[in-house]
Amino acid sequence: MDHRSDRARLRGEGMTLAYDQRTIARKLDVTVPDGSFTVIVGPNACGKSTLLRALSRMLRPKEGHVLLDGADLSTMPAKQVARTLGLLPQSSIAPDGITVGDLVARGRYPHQGLLRQWSREDERIVQESMGSTGVAELVDRFVDELSGGQRQRVWIAMAIAQQTPLLLLDEPTTFLDIQHQVDVLDLCADLHEQQGRTLVAVLHDLNQAARYATHLIAMRDGQIVAEGEPSGIVTAELVEEVFGLRCQVIDDPETGTPLVVPAARRRAAV
Amino acid sequence: MSVVRYRQWSVHAHPRSLAVGLLLVLLALGSSVLLVGSGEYPMSPARVVETLTGQGHPADVFIVQEVRLPRVVTGLLVGAALGLSGAVFQALVRNPLGSPDILGFTHGASAGAISVIVLFGGSSAALAGGAVVGAALTGVLVYLLAWRGGLHGNRLVLVGVGVAAILTGVNGYLLTRADINEAGRAVLWLTGSLEGSGWGNAVPLLLALCLLLPVVLLGCARGLRALEMGDDAAYSLGVPVERVRLVLLVCAVLLTAFAAAAAGPIAFVALTAPQLARRLTRAPGPNLVPALCMGAALVVCADLLAGRAFGDQPLPAGVVTGVLGGAYLVWLLATQRRAGRI
Ligand SMILES: Nc1ncnc2c1ncn2[C@@H]1O[C@H](COP(=O)(O)OP(=O)(O)O)[C@@H](O)[C@H]1O
Ligand SMILES: [Mg+2]
Repeated sequence: MDHRSDRARLRGEGMTLAYDQRTIARKLDVTVPDGSFTVIVGPNACGKSTLLRALSRMLRPKEGHVLLDGADLSTMPAKQVARTLGLLPQSSIAPDGITVGDLVARGRYPHQGLLRQWSREDERIVQESMGSTGVAELVDRFVDELSGGQRQRVWIAMAIAQQTPLLLLDEPTTFLDIQHQVDVLDLCADLHEQQGRTLVAVLHDLNQAARYATHLIAMRDGQIVAEGEPSGIVTAELVEEVFGLRCQVIDDPETGTPLVVPAARRRAAV
Repeated sequence: MSVVRYRQWSVHAHPRSLAVGLLLVLLALGSSVLLVGSGEYPMSPARVVETLTGQGHPADVFIVQEVRLPRVVTGLLVGAALGLSGAVFQALVRNPLGSPDILGFTHGASAGAISVIVLFGGSSAALAGGAVVGAALTGVLVYLLAWRGGLHGNRLVLVGVGVAAILTGVNGYLLTRADINEAGRAVLWLTGSLEGSGWGNAVPLLLALCLLLPVVLLGCARGLRALEMGDDAAYSLGVPVERVRLVLLVCAVLLTAFAAAAAGPIAFVALTAPQLARRLTRAPGPNLVPALCMGAALVVCADLLAGRAFGDQPLPAGVVTGVLGGAYLVWLLATQRRAGRI
């Protein structure tokens, strides 16, 4: 599949993003290629979450607009957007005393109504979502009693249950130990490959980003510095420019994707 | 969680919540019957039921319909309105302390009512109007002060607590300006009492409830459930967050306002009813209907207790709810603080 195709259901054009008076990004253009696993990387506070919030209608651009299937996002009804585009926020609050099953079920909200509160289809999809994220056996446990890794998988299950062809994930692996990070990323890759969803994720770890992304976006100070296939854009110069980090880029022995090895504080004298 | 399905329709039913709601309704109605039967001219519960179903002695019918029933109905409606508004506020600000007693809306109603008494020496209808206007203006003020490109739960709590403190001062000042009779009337009103409530108190509140209940329970309840998970999560589920929050805020302020207009600020019902209800139902979510039933039951029970427990010296219902609710508040602050929830 050609991920650089011009077909893109979700794109932002000339977006200026700001909170109150504070401008985070100016005249930003972003395209999410259809069928891609797009990963956004960049230093803290460079505006990654802000960009995701704009792409998912939570933050209205001061200038420019976001187009979903060619229509301006801000003019579309909220529920209609939510049936096409889901976002797993960086932090969500599990209501007191809620069980895993109840929380995942809440992902069905945009497909429900006053007299259609819980169809058999809802039930089936929630079961499937819990199955594919491996939380089915936790169904009656309280969410606040789970470990961080389990809880994150529950939130992902809720986002999956929303059944949107486009899914945005803001730092789904932060605060997880390495094994659970890989679990979550493998799960994302499955969603992308087997279910054909378009994924956009913000990740902290450059090497994981390079390994899993089909399309990588590197941001700094609210601007896109480079984007494209990881093997095409991840170079020592780019890492230095974006993160201010001196490094070498070698081939990942497992996958052949770029692997960033930070320079030692003092180069060992030979 | 159980589901009731019929053709393409399906509705959630939480059996334990239904049972709790039913029990609370029975408790409220049972206490109401006892309350109608008690007073200087006591009647047995059987006689009360007979009279209510239209078969009683004409003298009984007169006393029940003109004196006792309006008081009990006012109590039920006030409790229902306070329980519901408390549940909405607590869910909106995601904090068990977020009730209109604490966020300043009740104080606003008081300020409005005392102003009417002190500045205009107005009738009881004017007083009720003053309470509604006072609460509504406070709602607008808190909203404007707390709004910054969006309404944030904790900011609303902090602004509300600040406004409540200011209004307490204003109310104290107004009382010092009143002559002794007016001050007495104002203080009695401030205690919150069902004494002397007539149909004139119950009917405006009933109309307000008829208007506001469908908006809250049918229009916004599902959105409110999603809001509990944070604004971003609610947005991504397709909830029009700002609109739902504004509508709910307006409804909850109006419920508080009309309840205060009917019986004065009956303390702490809005704070305690939702928490007690959710401890009984053990259901996640705002538990709106159970909180409503709990509020109604609490107010009638408090009025019954206030009239019976202290010999022939009946107390205003607001004193009982104030003492019990205050104790609950201390307990809440002690335990929840330890659990890091407040
Ligand atoms: N709700 C907000 N109000 C004001 N400023 C914000 C808000 N959210 C984020 N910011 C600011 O916007 C900048 C970008 O934040 P964010 O998009 O969260 O960065 P990232 O996700 O890349 O770490 C930061 O400087 C942050 O302080
Ligand atoms: Mg972020």
